[in-house]
Order: sequence, then structure tokens, then C-alpha cells
Amino acid sequence: MNIHEYQGKILFKQAGVKVQDGIHCKTVIDALSAYDSLGTKIVAVKSQIHAGGRGKGNLYDPKTGNLIMEGGVKIAFSREEVETYASNIIGRKLVTKQTGPEGKIVNNLYIESGCSIAHEYYLALLIDREAKSVVIMASKEGGVDIEEVAENTPEAIHKIWTHPINGLDIKDAENMADQLGLIGSSKDDLVSMLSSLSKMFVEKDCAMIEINPLVRSDSGEMIALDAKVSFDDNASYRHPWMDEMRDHSEEEEVEIRAHEHGLSYVKLDGNIGCLVNGAGLAMASMDVIKLYGGEPANFLDIGGGATRESITTAFGIILEDENVEGILVNIFGGIIQCDMVARSVIEASNELGLKVPLVVRFSGTNHVEGKAVLDNCDLDVHTASTLAEGAEKIVKLTRGE
Amino acid sequence: MSIWIHEESKVLIQGITGKQGTFHGTMMDEYQTNVVGGVTPGKGGQIVELPNKNVPVFNSVSEGLEATNADVSVIYVPAKFAAAAIIEAADAFEQNGGGLIVCITEGIPILDMIRAVARVDGYQNVRLIGPNCPGIITPGENGGCKVGIMPGFIHAKGRIGIVSKSGTLTYEAVAQTMSVDEGQSTCVGIGGDPVNGTGFIDCLAAFEADPQTEAIVMIGEIGGSAEEEAAEWASKNMSKPIVGFVAGSTAPPGKRMGHAGAIISGGKGTAQEKFAAFEAAGIYVARDPSEIGNVLVKALKDAGLR
Repeated sequence: MNIHEYQGKILFKQAGVKVQDGIHCKTVIDALSAYDSLGTKIVAVKSQIHAGGRGKGNLYDPKTGNLIMEGGVKIAFSREEVETYASNIIGRKLVTKQTGPEGKIVNNLYIESGCSIAHEYYLALLIDREAKSVVIMASKEGGVDIEEVAENTPEAIHKIWTHPINGLDIKDAENMADQLGLIGSSKDDLVSMLSSLSKMFVEKDCAMIEINPLVRSDSGEMIALDAKVSFDDNASYRHPWMDEMRDHSEEEEVEIRAHEHGLSYVKLDGNIGCLVNGAGLAMASMDVIKLYGGEPANFLDIGGGATRESITTAFGIILEDENVEGILVNIFGGIIQCDMVARSVIEASNELGLKVPLVVRFSGTNHVEGKAVLDNCDLDVHTASTLAEGAEKIVKLTRGE
Repeated sequence: MSIWIHEESKVLIQGITGKQGTFHGTMMDEYQTNVVGGVTPGKGGQIVELPNKNVPVFNSVSEGLEATNADVSVIYVPAKFAAAAIIEAADAFEQNGGGLIVCITEGIPILDMIRAVARVDGYQNVRLIGPNCPGIITPGENGGCKVGIMPGFIHAKGRIGIVSKSGTLTYEAVAQTMSVDEGQSTCVGIGGDPVNGTGFIDCLAAFEADPQTEAIVMIGEIGGSAEEEAAEWASKNMSKPIVGFVAGSTAPPGKRMGHAGAIISGGKGTAQEKFAAFEAAGIYVARDPSEIGNVLVKALKDAGLR
């Protein structure tokens, strides 16, 4: 689960990480009163969406598609500028490198006190899968695209790993400060920040904390000017507050609905819907559709505990996608029995008035019974014995061959 | 032989009185797995009826090991309690000369897994397979040793070792070996979580050392770099032929594809990179899982094994 910058900064404050004063707003009027109450002449007006690259992104009118303003994060030097920027941002579509061309509508704004910047750094905490621990990454080159830094000058990124049980070793944090060239109170600030963040990472079950930029102010303070925080969904049961921080408008409604039914669904751009049991097999089914010249419309794993009801929901979700011109069902029965899937598929097809071609491939538990159920029904359904055969058939059928 | 489990392995079931534990305990027993008991805290002294025998329930893994001398423990407890169950089993096995832990549970918080894996890695004779995996199976002449949720009947004893991140895709690989009249020595599902116990390299090394295994099928998926590392390791250390497939060539970047670990992040962990690493390491590549059988036959023929 991702949260907004303003929410991340609330958590940072609680954890003892230095941030600038700021106020979350949803309207231009709010933004103006936030400016008045912050009392600093210079403020940052920041679009809040769940994607990076906001500063370099562009705002468009969602209806006309016209460019409204360049840059989703603006520095305002007056009350008038706050008004201009806020009205250019709220309700507009922000397109950044990470949102893709469809962009995201900005519903939230953050007005933050300005900050004198001596230098910008990059800092992130994330899971290192190979090292099986939390890694802290930092670089002197902040405020830029870190993936480019990693690609072109990997030696500019410094890494330390926390111990799975003992957490951060202060000596490692001090070394990191040295590598970033920090001295005096700036070094102390960074060491204390790393210690606070690594504790927060564990206590809140974070998946990632990214601060880009982390800045050293003119007075030498280390301040988190950005906050990109995400959490491990598997741990949400022990953090009831996560629900309050969830912004449903930032999430794909259909993916949430799928999740509620025990399904794992990701929409893609193709025309062949797929319904599969198992994540690996679901990906492989997409890949094989592509190999035979088709384009998958979705990833859909019905999971090991699928029922008639969840399969009907899955069918409904696939058919909601207007691009879908055919469906491939690929089931390797383990716990799931193919005949149960067959009956569910027939029921769902009848209920939803299936109009596109359907190919079903069964293997494993009760595949013979499953095929018999399909062979004896009124539905126009094609069967296949291997994934390749199924993919080839559905690709041909969608082409009218 | 086989790797890590064999027909005589004695298996404990953590969570045996739960719905999943009882159901899969029954299926394991039907496959002739030597289930010797189960563990559910607070239910020690109860008996669970399996098709072939009744087995005792213990309050803790160490009690269970003392009474049964089990060498394998399989975990079917809910995600909230699974990491603690792994740690309990690891500590108990360490006291008892070692053992294999197989964790089937999906959805364990990643930081819990980091702590659990660190504990297991501190013990030389304790191995963890999973979590979020179908388990491990060594088919025998009549049934065999099935520690997990895979359908037993699709397997047959043979000479192909299988290692995979995915569940149903492993079954697909098994079916592919069967379609070319080859059976399996051992099939290991290492799971789709970003932080897990046993990895590809552990499995490849064990298959290389196992006289029954003559060739290996390795199934990867997008995310992380375990496939690349395994390929590089294999190019230096494996004499037996390997057939590889990677799921997720069509997966979009930045989207989690079902498994917690199946995500292309920062442009890294793509199927293209993994296939390229396989090819560079001399691994026989199948681009379509339905081709694994044919590619395997070619690999065996090239090695003079068929």
C-alpha cells in the first residue's frame, strides 16, 4: 500500500525525522489559509499523487487534454502565486514518468514552508531480496532520477544493511555519513535520522521509504523534503491505522474488487482475457498467448481456494473490459477440481451472456470429468489439452479464423 | 536417492487440527507419506484420524520430535503465526540434530520472514523450503513422500529434478516430463515470496550431488535476480543438463503479478534478462511451458542420456 507525501511526513515527524512544517489541503481556499497560517513568505505547492517524478511532470486539463502547467511541484513567493499554482493543480491530471501517459487526477495538495538548500541527497530504505535484509541506500546526487544514477555511476550510491534482529549498527550509519561527506551536526543529524527511519521501517512494516531529495539546509540541518512511503500489505492486520491512510481514489477499483474475492487481477492492453489458477501459470498463459501472436488483456489468478462465486466474479471482471474479444481458461487442477471449474464457467457464461469465443484447457485433478461437463453443455466452448494448443485456438478464434 | 526427503522421511504437520492441515495431512497420508504426528498448541494429546493411520497431536514441535524423531515438519498455519512456527521448528530441529521445514503458508509479512530466515540460516543442519510454495515431493514406487499441497497422482518416480518458484507451473513442468516418458527424482517449489529459505542454487547443488537425478528443469519468474545468479553458478558448477523457463515475459513493469516477489522494479528482474542469463549459462531454454518436454528430450539426447 502506498501513501501520500503529506501522510509520510506525519509518520516521519512521529519517528523524529526532521521535516518542514506543512499543511494538507483539498481546495484552493484551504491552500490560501494554509499559506497564511504557515507564515513563511516562500512555500512549496506540491501535488499529492501516488507516483514519483511530480516535479518534472506536467498538468493537463482532464477534459480537453490541454497543458495547464509544467511542473507538479512549484515554489510560490507570494499569496497570489499560491492561488495560481493551487488552482492549476487541483482537479487536473498530472502526467509523470511514473504515471504513464494516462496520468493521475490530483485531489490532494500539500503546502510546505520553504527551505534554504545547501545540498540535495538521495536516501532510501527497502528490502534487499538477495541479502534477505533491509538495505539503506544513499547518494550525494539527490533530487535527480536515481535509476539513472544507478545505471551510469553505481559507485555514487552507498549501501549499508541492517541486521535482521539487531537492526541498524550505528557504526554503519556513521560510515554512511562520512561517505556522503557530512560533518559536525549534519553528520549527527543523518545518523539519528537513519536510526529513526530504520526503526520506523520495522515498526510500521514498511516496504519502502524513499526521500528524494533529502536536503542539508544552509544551517546544516538534514531535512526530509520528500517522503515516499509504502507498506507491506501482508502486515496490514497488525496496523489498523493503515486503513485510515488508504486513498481509494489512487487504487484501481477493479483490482480491489478482485482482491476482495480472493482473485489477483492486473489489467493489460490486449484483447484476450485469461482466467488461470496460480500466479506463475497465469503469467505463462499470457506469455504463450503473445507467442502465438495474440495480446493478453489481463493477468488473473483465481487462487487455490476458488469457488463458483469467485469464478463468476472473475468472468465478470474479464468481460467488463471492452477490449476483450476472447477468453482463455487455463486450469491445472491441484486442490481445485476441473469439473467444479467447468460448471462454474458454464454458469458464469450463461449468467453474463457470453458473446466472445471461449477456449478451456484443463489438466490435473478431474480434468476428464471437467472436459465431459463442457462437452455436454449447450455453450459454444472449445477445449484444448495443452496450454500451447489453447493459446493457438483462442488467438485464431479472435481473428475470426 | 532423491534430495532432502525420501520414502522413509518422518513428517510432522504444524497446524494439523486446522482445516488446511487436516485436509492436506489426509492427502499426504493417501500418497503413503510417513506422517508421524502433528502440532497444535493446546491440543496435545488429541488424535487425528488419517486414512491409513491415526496420528498423535503434540503441543510443541520439540515435544513432537522427542516422541517421533521426525526429520521433516510441514507448516499449514495462518500467515499471522507462520513465522513463529518456522522459528519454533528451527529451534527444535537444531536441538534434535537437524531437519527440514516446509512452509506452505502464503501472505507472511516480509519482515517476519527476514527474521525467520535469519534464525534458520544460523543453524547448519536446518533447512527451510518456502514460504508461499506447493512444497516438496519425492515420488516412490507406490505413492512416495509428498510434503505439501501438490496433486500426488501426476508424478512418477524418475530421474528429472524440478525446481520452481511457482505452484501450478511446477505441475505443468511435471506433466511435461511425463509427456516424454520421464519421471521425477524430487520436485521442489521454492515459493514466490521475495524473501524465502531454500533458493535455486541450493536445489541445483543438491540435484548435482544426487545420483538419481540426471537432468533438471528450473522454472523462474520475473522479479529479483535469483535466476541470473543461479544461471551463473550453474555454468561453473553443474555437469547435468538444465532446462529453463521464466514466466512473465509479457508482465508490465511496476505491477505485482500475484506473487509478492513477482514484480519488475526499476527496470530490473525482467524475463528477458533471465532468459538471456539462462542462454549465456548454457541452459536449454523453453519459451513456452508446453515445450519443456521436447526441450528436455533434446537436452537428454545431447548428454547421451536418451
